[in-house]
Amino acid sequence: MKPAPFHYFAPSSIAAATAQLSELAGEDARVLAGGQTLIPAMALRLARPSHLIDINGIQELNNLEVRGTALHIGACVRHAAFHRPVVAGPLGALLLDVVRHVAHLPIRYRGTFCGSLANADPAAEWCLVAATLDARLTACSARGEREIAATEFFRGYLTTALSSDELLIGAQLPCLSARERFGFVEFSRRAGDFAMAMSLVVLQSEAGRLTRVRIGVGGVEVVPRRIAPAEQCLEGQLVRSENLERAAEAAAMAIEPAESEEELRVYKRSLVRAAVLRALIKALDGQLRSH
Amino acid sequence: MVSCARIEPETPEALMQPVEITLQINEAPYSVRVEPRSMLVDVLRDQCGLTGTHTGCEHGVCGACTVLLDGEPVRSCLMLAVQAQGRHVRTVEGLARAEQLHPLQRAFIQHHALQCGFCTPGFLMLALGVLEQDPRIGDEALTEALSSNLCRCTGYKNILNAVRAVRDADPLRQDAARG
Repeated sequence: MKPAPFHYFAPSSIAAATAQLSELAGEDARVLAGGQTLIPAMALRLARPSHLIDINGIQELNNLEVRGTALHIGACVRHAAFHRPVVAGPLGALLLDVVRHVAHLPIRYRGTFCGSLANADPAAEWCLVAATLDARLTACSARGEREIAATEFFRGYLTTALSSDELLIGAQLPCLSARERFGFVEFSRRAGDFAMAMSLVVLQSEAGRLTRVRIGVGGVEVVPRRIAPAEQCLEGQLVRSENLERAAEAAAMAIEPAESEEELRVYKRSLVRAAVLRALIKALDGQLRSH
Repeated sequence: MVSCARIEPETPEALMQPVEITLQINEAPYSVRVEPRSMLVDVLRDQCGLTGTHTGCEHGVCGACTVLLDGEPVRSCLMLAVQAQGRHVRTVEGLARAEQLHPLQRAFIQHHALQCGFCTPGFLMLALGVLEQDPRIGDEALTEALSSNLCRCTGYKNILNAVRAVRDADPLRQDAARG
């Protein structure tokens, strides 16, 4: 198999890449990062971009560092970078836990964190992480730079707030304090597959009460998102299994599955219920039994 | 580096104009002319004559085309050949030294880790990359890593046994010590 012919550019700076994107406005130009989604789509002729802008040679996109209170992840940082904790505390452990669910090993050596966000597959793990942690995403174009909140970034199935002349140059994840705990659970048919449903939970428990509760769900709607009614069920509440069950039920009821068949919708809701409950139990590992 | 200059004029024929690249494969330079759309696996096989790397699904699912890129196992069907310029590529042809098979190859024979053999080059390179990254990798992580590739004869158990045997004998480190 061979992709349809295209113009190939390999700029070595963000400025050169955005200049080319701007010049190509109106053409079907695509940014090539890890290529683990785009290249097979091109080989299968599902995608036939007229121009490819390969950003792999842009050194300034390899940054992975904590600045201030956020982890900055440059556009060329591969999934495999998270095989080891990249930051002390719960955030590094969270990313390490989640990366094991991202595709298979050889894919993780090429695919990128930001490429996954830009592709915006609702069943992609990093998109759920970005949505749950309220990541901030930096888009750059010849017109300048802007920051986009994750809630604004994901617009629909494979659709983002990026305009055609913009390059996603990085993502910022807020660091988690040592008191914050997380739980991630994913249902997929095979190891390494996209999620049928998944949940990421981040919370704090102080004196037996839950605070700063964030409950994200992905793989069931067209975009991953935090589920406010489920979070409200737990905020300020005691760590008790009936409270967790209530939150899981609220999440299952709040989501609008992308499927139209009723059986599938019921199934997806029950997957969400189980994923949220298990993620909460994981996050509260040890604490639940003591109450 | 690959030029970022626009290729003119914009006819499909012009887009298919080959560009000159040099690939470092198994420590040897290969100068080839490739179209920008050529996949690394196709260039390895068709232009470098290294047909040990197999094309299976050609969309990143089966892993038969796995090679090492700067020591990391990657799918050569999910990379443009032009992207491999300046990187070190290792293929199954680089495993044996003269008549001496690589410890992984010997282990695959001893443990009957191949039946039809189609997936074998991909599994060998995957296993090599995994063991080089983490020579003491645990059983669970090893199983997870090897689940990246497909064996249509379903000989997974023996593949796992072969790789475990190499890990436990640790000949990779002994090889490194011998230089």
